[in-house]
Amino acid sequence: MLRYILKRILATVPVVLTVAVLVFCLLRLTPGDPALILAGDAATETQLAQIREHMGLDRSLATQFMLWGGQVLQGDLGTSLHSGTPVTAMIGSRVGPSLALALSTILLSTLIAVPLGVFSAWRRGTRADRAVMAFSVLGFSVPIFVTGYALILLFAMKLGWLPVQGYKSPSAGLVAFGTHLLLPTIALSTGFVALIARIARSSVLEVMGEDFIRTARAKGITERAVMMAHALRNAAVPIITVIGVSIALLISGVVVTESVFNLPGLGRLVVESVLARDYPLIQGLILLFSLVYIGVNLTIDVLYSVFDPRIRY
Amino acid sequence: MAYLNAERLETRYGLGRIGAALACVAAMAWAPAQAETLTVVMASKLTVLDPVLTASHQTRNHAYMIYDTLLATDADNKIQPQMADKWEISADGKTYTFTLRDGLKWHDGTPVKAEDCVASIQRWAQSDKTGRQLMPLVASMDVVDDKTFKIVLTAPADVLAALGKPSGLPSFMMPKRVAQTPVAQAITDYTGSGPFKFVQKEFQPGVKTVYEKNTDYVPRKEAPSWTAGGKVVNVDRVEWVAMADPMTTVNALLGGEVDYIETVPFDLVPMVKSSPDLTLRILDKMGYQPMYRFNQLNAPFDNKLVRQAAMYAVGQDDILKAQVGDPEFFKTCGAVFGCNLPYSSNTRADMIVPSNVEKAKALLKEAKYDGAPVVILHATDIAMASAIPVVMAQQLRQAGFNVQLQAMDFMTMLSRRANRDVPAKGGWSIFVTTWHVSEIMDPLRNYGVSANGEKAWFGWPTVPQVEALRDKFLVAATEPERKQIAEQLQDVMLDEGVAITLGQIETAAAYSKKLSGVVESPAPVFWNIKKASE
Amino acid sequence: MSTSIHSIAGGAGITPAIRKRPRSALVRTLSTWPVMAALAMLAVIVLAAMSANLLGLADPMSINPMERLKGISAEHWFGTDAYGRDVLSRVIHGARISLMIGAGTAIAALIPGLVLGVIAGYFRAADMVIMRIMDGIMSVPSILLAIALVAVTGASLLTVLIAIAVPEFPRVVRLVRGLILSLRDEPYVEAAISLGTPTRVLMMRHLVPNTVAPLIVQGTFIFASAMLSEAIMSFLGVGMPPEFPSWGNVIAEGRMYFQVRPELILLPGLFLALTVLSVNMLGDAMRDALDPKMARRV
Repeated sequence: MLRYILKRILATVPVVLTVAVLVFCLLRLTPGDPALILAGDAATETQLAQIREHMGLDRSLATQFMLWGGQVLQGDLGTSLHSGTPVTAMIGSRVGPSLALALSTILLSTLIAVPLGVFSAWRRGTRADRAVMAFSVLGFSVPIFVTGYALILLFAMKLGWLPVQGYKSPSAGLVAFGTHLLLPTIALSTGFVALIARIARSSVLEVMGEDFIRTARAKGITERAVMMAHALRNAAVPIITVIGVSIALLISGVVVTESVFNLPGLGRLVVESVLARDYPLIQGLILLFSLVYIGVNLTIDVLYSVFDPRIRY
Repeated sequence: MAYLNAERLETRYGLGRIGAALACVAAMAWAPAQAETLTVVMASKLTVLDPVLTASHQTRNHAYMIYDTLLATDADNKIQPQMADKWEISADGKTYTFTLRDGLKWHDGTPVKAEDCVASIQRWAQSDKTGRQLMPLVASMDVVDDKTFKIVLTAPADVLAALGKPSGLPSFMMPKRVAQTPVAQAITDYTGSGPFKFVQKEFQPGVKTVYEKNTDYVPRKEAPSWTAGGKVVNVDRVEWVAMADPMTTVNALLGGEVDYIETVPFDLVPMVKSSPDLTLRILDKMGYQPMYRFNQLNAPFDNKLVRQAAMYAVGQDDILKAQVGDPEFFKTCGAVFGCNLPYSSNTRADMIVPSNVEKAKALLKEAKYDGAPVVILHATDIAMASAIPVVMAQQLRQAGFNVQLQAMDFMTMLSRRANRDVPAKGGWSIFVTTWHVSEIMDPLRNYGVSANGEKAWFGWPTVPQVEALRDKFLVAATEPERKQIAEQLQDVMLDEGVAITLGQIETAAAYSKKLSGVVESPAPVFWNIKKASE
Repeated sequence: MSTSIHSIAGGAGITPAIRKRPRSALVRTLSTWPVMAALAMLAVIVLAAMSANLLGLADPMSINPMERLKGISAEHWFGTDAYGRDVLSRVIHGARISLMIGAGTAIAALIPGLVLGVIAGYFRAADMVIMRIMDGIMSVPSILLAIALVAVTGASLLTVLIAIAVPEFPRVVRLVRGLILSLRDEPYVEAAISLGTPTRVLMMRHLVPNTVAPLIVQGTFIFASAMLSEAIMSFLGVGMPPEFPSWGNVIAEGRMYFQVRPELILLPGLFLALTVLSVNMLGDAMRDALDPKMARRV
């Protein structure tokens, strides 16, 4: 196992390298001139050429890549083409809201979904089961921005219980942090509750069908104890897996929530920087994301083999 | 904050009057003592901080906060002194002498000197269109003493209008060391002499910009008028917040989370109007002019009759109605240089204002149009012009054109626009863009007045008369002469389809009734505003 | 993009037993009334989509600014949008595009996903390489891919489809690979190998059939999530060309008017939600039916 983990970590290098090259080329070959957005509609060709030269965009692709690669290896992700702020600083200042949103969504979704899923499994086949499942599916049938607008309309505008938008970091007060994060978390959670609830339900059901559960029942243990002590523990694996995958998903899934609720996070930053062709920023962000995906996938694969001994690498 | 409102606390939670009051006081005491802050949502996010490098309106608005200008334009469209105390023009019109007023200081405490102004103008002139046209006429710019400098020309030209224009790269004054940054490089030192200071450590590009009052600023004595006059700051801080979602922006204003929105999306105006706590006002009476250009290098718009057919087919009313909706905010206008402005004209307006499909069809027949595809570039991620190409496509199709509407993001559109090839090889036939009216109101500033073939602005028309007339305008001595030249220019430009206007659009700002003293201006300005306390 | 929330629902952590499925369980599950209702709903929507042109609706692309943002009326059952176009017509014509995106993405993700997943699951050497490539692909944000594709080939149904499908298929690969990994060590596979069964036959006859059930289920989830992703791409301004009446476009265009004319979002949103709901219920039902452990329980 350890050897496998080490091999995977070593394999990170070629993956990140490939992603870096791929994205680098994709960006440079996509039409769009960062000098143009910097200087605007009204700039002359000479001005643009000068700006491009200053940005280093007139050099060959290979040279540009080498220069960037060299910088990265020294821990310098470069500077944003448009604002002149270092990429690491920009990412650092915007990681907070995304992380807060992601963690609170996973927490809330899990807290709601697991009991729902277990309940559904327990009452399998009844109206309650079907209602719960249908209801949770409704949550992710509606586009997130619609859910978001509806929540704002109800809780912020009509009832006035919560703020409309914005992000307050925990250092500005926990109450403010909480109230500003609540609606976006609910909006984003509506999708994940369904996902986690259904996995919980089906994995509990699977476990309940196992022979050892039959044995436990035969021993005379109450249904509740069967659920809690035996079924849940074994059903935990897929649930944990899906939570782990959700973390990776959330990073890409928060774009809309961040736009609707005006949270200055990484999701919006990706969209904005791609639309603006801010190459160093996009490259830095994608490097970060690839490391996260690799880390999460590695963890999942390790978890697979830890909990299911049949799986060997 | 709406949701901490005492009334709400009382009624929602049944706290009783005293309880509610105590709760509010406790909440306020708990929060740190607040400086008087104005929270503003601007129309787009601020990332670039160099107002010479880019003509973007956001950067221009930022510059008005922390920099001051030598001259400025007032509400009567007259040039007024701002940093300058007075100026003198020599009898032959070739020498301009400017004297700075007293007490001007940079944010770091050092005094403003004439050499700073000269350096700033020189950097600006390398980038600004009017500046670039002026420079060949400038023999020298001399510093006479610490407060005086001269601009000496080889032929008379209107230096004042160039230096005092409110938009399209206004001329902001910066310290000499900053102004010596090469023009292709962004400045990194944000010292200015304006009524606000830039709080760099709180700047989050694309998210939030913070300004604080410059307590050493010496405002002029006159009342503020557009970007001219006395700039007295009555708040301690101004925070610009960027918001991606227009609905959330308006809701935030309604909920009291922000004080001021620069541009209310047209269709959300009713929401603002129905609130008793908000003021809706058109602060920028000049507005915007959408316009389009043909690619005259390739078929079918290399043919003058086909161009005219298109111009007849396109009608302003439907386009503006689709883009804006409420007639309160738009008007049809056939003047290339803007309506109700010094160089307005109605010559050939009948070609471009109404939609005349019959005439278009007739012209197409005459031109023997063979169905060559018309590719219209459609940028889908910018709000201000996104409906226009769609309506144009329909109008052109009704006249018999074979139209391909190609959707792409704005950056891709900018790149495609530079492609001179035929549409099949990635070229284009029509592109649409929007200018602020102050940027098109005379032949020198207007980018549409460009028809020198390969070297022209996108579209590359070849109409030597346009170039000649513009050069004549530059050196015209009297206003009536200039007006006449402008009229001739409109005639030629529309006849040849060099640049076609699509009317005029005004946008409204909305702000809390707690704010007073909001100044009408072509660019949003934040001096003079007072905020009543809660 | 949040596409994969839904697609994960199908596959993560489920390893079905490998016995022959009794067909009656499938039919049995599918005859319960909620599932029948879902099938019926889907059938109606598909039918409407296919016959959109024959229903005598207004032209979905015809702009009429004078009529913009008029509410529900006898002439316009769903009202008009910001360009004065008839919303009912756009919703029904849009069904075709949205369903094509859903189905197209599902197919585009499932087939390469199956192929690569089987190879990765079975051949240890290929596993490392393929899975690391999948890691890499997942890191590229869909929006970048969407813009790049649009820029190269112009915005169209195909580019949107590819932009949505590409980040989706690594998950299918992962799912199939996981299945194959646990199947690989089953006794009957060992037996087949020791009998000298050629690899190709082994794969086609023993391994692949056992992936079909979870794949179908996964497919239904991808279908649903693709339609929602399309709405998000339109929201960001990089989706289908705006004149086209896809549900994503109609909803994204209507979002500005949520508090002024909520029906512009709610009505197409209802159709989208019903379709997604039906597809998901079918997926659930199929999983319940095709998973033999469940089948035995019923």
